[in-house]
Amino acid sequence: MDSKSTNDWLFEITPKNKFFSLNLKEIWQYRDLLMLFVKRDIVTVYKQTVLGPLWYLIQPLFTSITFTIIFNNVAGINTGSVPPFLFNLAGITVWNYFTACLNGTSDTFKANASIFGKVYFPRIITPLSVVISNLIKFGIQFLIFVFFYLLYYFQGASLSLNGLIVFFPFLILIMGILGLGLGMLISSMVTKYRDFSNLVGFGIQLLMYLSAVMYPMELIKQKLPQFGWIVAYNPLAYIIETSRFMLLEVGSVSTLGLLYTFFVTLTLFFIGLLIFNRTEKNFIDTV
Amino acid sequence: MEKDIILKATNISKQYRLGQVGTGTLSHDINRWWHKIRGKEDPYLKIGEVNDRSIKGTSDYVWALQDINFEVERGEVLGIIGKNGAGKSTLLKILSKVTAPTTGSIKSRGRIASLLEVGTGFNGEMTGRENIYLNGAILGMTKKEISSKLDEIIEFSGCERYIDTPVKRYSSGMTVRLAFAVAAFLEPEILVVDEVLAVGDAEFQKKAIGKMQDISKGEGRTVLFVSHNMDAVRQLCTKGILLEHGKVKHKGNIDTVLNLYNLKNDTYSKTLFVSKNIEVIKPQLKSVYLDENEISLNNLVLEADFISSNEINNPALGIVIYNYLNNPVFGTNSRIHNNGYIEKKCKEGKIKLTIKDLPLLPGHYFVSLFFGDSIVDFEKYEEILKFEIKNNNTTFINVPDVRFIGSTKLNNVEWNLI
Repeated sequence: MDSKSTNDWLFEITPKNKFFSLNLKEIWQYRDLLMLFVKRDIVTVYKQTVLGPLWYLIQPLFTSITFTIIFNNVAGINTGSVPPFLFNLAGITVWNYFTACLNGTSDTFKANASIFGKVYFPRIITPLSVVISNLIKFGIQFLIFVFFYLLYYFQGASLSLNGLIVFFPFLILIMGILGLGLGMLISSMVTKYRDFSNLVGFGIQLLMYLSAVMYPMELIKQKLPQFGWIVAYNPLAYIIETSRFMLLEVGSVSTLGLLYTFFVTLTLFFIGLLIFNRTEKNFIDTV
Repeated sequence: MEKDIILKATNISKQYRLGQVGTGTLSHDINRWWHKIRGKEDPYLKIGEVNDRSIKGTSDYVWALQDINFEVERGEVLGIIGKNGAGKSTLLKILSKVTAPTTGSIKSRGRIASLLEVGTGFNGEMTGRENIYLNGAILGMTKKEISSKLDEIIEFSGCERYIDTPVKRYSSGMTVRLAFAVAAFLEPEILVVDEVLAVGDAEFQKKAIGKMQDISKGEGRTVLFVSHNMDAVRQLCTKGILLEHGKVKHKGNIDTVLNLYNLKNDTYSKTLFVSKNIEVIKPQLKSVYLDENEISLNNLVLEADFISSNEINNPALGIVIYNYLNNPVFGTNSRIHNNGYIEKKCKEGKIKLTIKDLPLLPGHYFVSLFFGDSIVDFEKYEEILKFEIKNNNTTFINVPDVRFIGSTKLNNVEWNLI
């Protein structure tokens, strides 16, 4: 009946995706949606609040104060010449970006089931928007770190930036990609088995203690050599340790550790993407 | 002339698993995966039953859609109709890429945008204006496109006064108006519409149907339309697909499809009604018989046996004939046309109605009866009988390409241009 050549179809809907497809062209077409999602995420957080964007600052500030009291004043963790509060604030700010990315992306399918069930757009836009909007949130939170840094500096604390600071944005990017990759992986599994969303809740908390957020990496290797290796295998620990080195020149930089982190991040990201792509076609039937 | 096919579906099937997700699913998943890595076929694809929600099945797997094939031409408005659970929404979901088919493929020469239950992408905290942008972008428009149509969208929605108010303050009707307005200004080659007209007031429904007619007729775009509103389907669509239990029962001209849909599942003509009530407490009809031979001669001859425990004062029968759109065509009762009808008191008896030369066009018709006495209706029997007027000795029905409005045949019509 149809005598036209069979290959001039614009697109085809089939049961299976190609094994691996990151349709960048399609994502580009939907770039406005990505930006609108980012705007929505940022704007709606402080609608109908009095303090507004200040809420972004309150959480890291109070966590750092608590950590300083518990881990430094009570437990007596030594942070060297760096003020413990600044040490904690640096760790928490970077760590927060990771948790925000992971938390935000790990229930992508579940939380957006109502939109996803009605209309098609590249699903990856949603986790991407989470990572970008949290990057802006991270920027705001980082300002508070800069504020306290300058405060301590002018009070005469011996603080110095390391020259490697130019690579700091790159480190944050790695952190975002790691959160995105892990988040996509978990969100795909949550669609069918809700067990994973329970895991994320307390898993993140446990992970924080293994990620050198409130202690230098060196310290755990000295004090608990039998468990130190767990931290040494945690890519997050390297990111946090390195960013503290860049910002405060405290701790150490392990090239091998960073290469390992880079490798793990890329691997997780591609596995995450692969599973995410496979899930997005049929998840609405199981979610 | 060569057909300009814009959308082509081949062997679309969709399987669903019933029941809850639990340990059973995990074992099935593992089994499926085990078959897959050995390069074997999915073991659960072989099983699966026809999707009839009312009967009890033995398998946990059902086919929501099975071997659906159809083609849509550019500029065509295709109505997809069927009862609840026939697979309409599943088909639209597959078409709009929300879920993938289990087997088969759909090929398209145009961008598809869907309007499935509008307003789902709305964020209550954001204003109407912000939501127009967000919703438009979700539906695939760029910011530039939306900006250029913003004024038109706001005007069409009729929500100008509220446009900078958060959407959570909107009434539900206003939300739908706004959402439909955004979608109406989309410019995909193929628009998929599902039940959006169910909400909104009459004025807006009319506006929405008009807009969709513009889209298809004026702008030559293709529309796939699902609705239970048969009038809307009839107004908009040119072709139709009738789905039943996940299979295509009929496709073709929209009038034929609608006619079949309203046959209510039976394929034979139902001309006899026998009451299942054995106990006679209140007055009722025992049986009703419609003479099929007389129907074929274009006469309606109906006999109704009635019975009662008490004497009925002047038994009376009313009849209403409905067409396939469930619109009444005409009605009468033994008091409106009472020539020769002698009223009397009795406990049981027979009422016979004869209408000669039915002024009906070919098609399916339903009969509702009302049984009462001179004061009240005892019982109504809605659409208990149906009959078909076939293309018979009607003089002008064989003239091609004549579209009739309504169901009645006009015999003495004369037009003059003076």
